[in-house]
Amino acid sequence: MSAPDPIPSCPVPLGHAGTVQLAHGGGRVMRDLLESLFLPAFDNPALAARHDSAVVGCGAARIAFTTDTYVVHPRVFPGGDIGTLAVYGTVNDLAMAGARPLYLSASFVLEEGLPLAELARVVHSMRAAADACSITLVTGDTKVVDRGKGDGLYVNTAGIGTVPDGLDLGPRRVRPGDAILVSGDVGRHGIAVLSVREGLAFETEVASDCASVAPLVEVILGAGIDVRCLRDPTRGGLATVLNEIALDGGVGIEIDERAVPVDDAVAGACELLGLDPLYVACEGRMVAFVRDDESERALALMRGHAIGAGAARIGTVFPAAGTVTLRTRLGSRRLLDLLSGEQLPRIC
Amino acid sequence: MRYVDEYRDGETAHRYAAAIRTTVTRPWTLMEVCGGQTHAIVRFGIDELLPPELSLVHGPGCPVCVTPVEALDRAVAIAARPGVIFCSFGDMLRVPGSERDLFAVKAAGGDVRVVYSPMDAVGIAARHREHQVVFFAVGFETTAPANAMAVLAARARGLRNFSLLVSHVTVPPAMEAILAAPGRRVDGFLAAGHVCTVMGLEEYRPLCARYRVPIVVTGFEPLDLLQGIHMCVRQLEEGRAELENQYARSVAPDGNEAARSAIREVFEIVPRAWRGIGTIPASGLALRASYADLDAEQRFDVTTLHAREDPECRSGLVLQGRIKPLDCPAFGARCTPEHPLGAPMVSAEGACAAYYRYRRIATR
Repeated sequence: MSAPDPIPSCPVPLGHAGTVQLAHGGGRVMRDLLESLFLPAFDNPALAARHDSAVVGCGAARIAFTTDTYVVHPRVFPGGDIGTLAVYGTVNDLAMAGARPLYLSASFVLEEGLPLAELARVVHSMRAAADACSITLVTGDTKVVDRGKGDGLYVNTAGIGTVPDGLDLGPRRVRPGDAILVSGDVGRHGIAVLSVREGLAFETEVASDCASVAPLVEVILGAGIDVRCLRDPTRGGLATVLNEIALDGGVGIEIDERAVPVDDAVAGACELLGLDPLYVACEGRMVAFVRDDESERALALMRGHAIGAGAARIGTVFPAAGTVTLRTRLGSRRLLDLLSGEQLPRIC
Repeated sequence: MRYVDEYRDGETAHRYAAAIRTTVTRPWTLMEVCGGQTHAIVRFGIDELLPPELSLVHGPGCPVCVTPVEALDRAVAIAARPGVIFCSFGDMLRVPGSERDLFAVKAAGGDVRVVYSPMDAVGIAARHREHQVVFFAVGFETTAPANAMAVLAARARGLRNFSLLVSHVTVPPAMEAILAAPGRRVDGFLAAGHVCTVMGLEEYRPLCARYRVPIVVTGFEPLDLLQGIHMCVRQLEEGRAELENQYARSVAPDGNEAARSAIREVFEIVPRAWRGIGTIPASGLALRASYADLDAEQRFDVTTLHAREDPECRSGLVLQGRIKPLDCPAFGARCTPEHPLGAPMVSAEGACAAYYRYRRIATR
C-alpha cells in the first residue's frame, strides 16, 4: 500500500511564474493559496472555522489561540512601531474570538547589523503595549541571520486567552438582518505606513490607529449584547473582511458608502494615490455583527470608550450568499469585491 | 472632504440626471475617453441614472491598456538584467507581456521598484551610481511632462546611469482614429479633462469641425461627468458640434505652458503602436535625438523582440468602444485579474477591471 500523499497533489494555481509573488500576501490570491495548500494540509475543525483565533478545548477551559508575524516596513511610523503592532495585532486577534487576552510569546528574527538601540525601542514599545492591555509576555526566542538574509527585524507573536463558556463568535453565526458596526474611521494605519514608506509628505500627518480593541469587546459582551461575529479589518481593510465573512458565513452584505467613517486626511491621501480607503488596513478597529435590535445599544457602549468614539453602523446582512455590495452616495448599488492582490497606486 | 464631496452630492446628481432625461429625445452614444472616467462611471453607477436611449461606451484612455506588448516585453527584458533597477508606476507590474509580467521578474530576483513619480527614479539613480536605473515612461499627455522633467533633471545632474523606456501616447490622434473608422458608433465625446489641463483645448476644435462631433472636455467626479453628459446631449439634440469645456476649474484654454514646453523640449511626435488597436500615425512621443543617450531601448539593445498577444483577448475592441467588457466571451471566465489575457483586466483604469470589480452582479 502506498503512503498517502501528505500534501494535496495540485496545491496552488501557480500562475505563469510558479513562484510566490507579492500578490499571495492578500486578497483573492492569498485566499486561493490558503484553500488549496494550507487548509487541506492541516485540515481540522478549529482551523476550518477560519477565525482570527482558533478556539480549542484545554482541560475544562476554552482557549483562544492565535499567531501573527510582523514584517512591516518602515518599522517606525506615526502612531507606533513594529513592536506596538506585534502586541496589539495579536491581542486584537484574541479579542475577535471574544477571549480575554492572557499570555503572549514573542520571537525575533534579527538581521546582523540591526542597531541595538532600535531593538531596544521595539522591546520597550512591546512592554508598554502589553501593559496597556494587561497581557503578559511569558516566553520568547531570538534568532540572528546573516546580513542580507532578513529585512532588519521580523517579529512573531502568539497569544492565548480564555473564552467565556457558551460564547461562540464567527461568520457562521451571522444571520440575515444583523447590523454591521465599525468601531471607528477606517484606513489610518495603511496610510500612516505608506506615508513614511514612500516618503510622501502630506500636509496633515496621519497617525496609525494602532490600539487594542479588547476593551470594546469586553464592554459589549459584558452588557449581554448578542454579538454574532467580530473581525479586525487589518490587511485588505474593511472591504476584505466583509467579503471573508460573506463567503465564510454564506450571507450577503450591503453597506452604505456614506455611513463608513473615513478621516478627511486619509480620504485625501487615498484620492491622491488612487487607493480605495475601504481596502486600506486598520490596526485599532473592529467590525461587529450584532442582532439588529441591539445595534443602537452596542453603538452607545462602544462610543463610551475613547477608541470607539467614532463607532457607526455601516450596513446590514442579507440572504444573498457570498456577495458584498455597496450603496453608493448617488444611490446606485455596486459590487464591493475582494481584490486580486494588493492595491497599486494608479498612473495618473 | 472639501473639493471632492461637493462633486459627489447625491441630490445634485439626481437633478442633473433628470435634466439629461428631459433633454434626450432619441438614441445617442457617447464615449468617455479616459479610463479614470470609465472607473468613476462604473464605480458610482452613473450610467444607471441615464435614460435608456443614452449609452456610454468606453474609450482608449487607459495608459496601461494601450501600452503595446512589445514595450512590456522590452521592460521585462531590461528589468531581468543584473545590475538594473527598473522603476515603474505600480499599475504596470501586473500587465501581461508575451511571456510574463514585471511582478514575475521581481519574484525571480529582478530589482523592480514601484515609484510614485519619475523624479523618485532620478533620486534612486543618484544614490545608486553603480546600477543602471531605468524608468518605464508610459501614459498620455498627463504623465509626459513629469517624465520630461526627469530627463532634464538627470541631464542637469549628469546622471549617466539613468534612462527612460518610453512608450508615450497622445489622445487626439486616437479619437480621430475612432471617428475615421468605418461604421463609427460614437456621436459625441467626453474628452479627458486632465490631458486638457496640460495641453489645452485647441487640438480638439478641428475634430469637431471635420467629423461633425461635439466634444465636451470633462472632469472625473460624478457631477463633472453628469454635467459633461448633459452638455454633450444638449449639443446633439440642438444639432451643434462644438468644443465645450465642462472642466473649466482645471482646464485653461492654453493648458499649462510650462508642462507643454517641457514635453516639446524632450519629446518628438512619432507613429505609435497601440495595444489591441494597431499603429496610429503621429500618436506617440519618443525622446528627441538630442536625448538619445537617455533612451533605454538603445542602451540595452532590446529593439528586436518578437511579441505575442493572446489571440482570445478582445481588448482592442473594448478600447475602441466597439464592445463592452461583458460582451467578451473570456470575461470573468478565462480572463480574470488573477489570470488576465489582456491589460484592461488589470489596470486601475482598464474598462474590464472596472466591470469585473463593480459589475458582476445584477444591479437593483
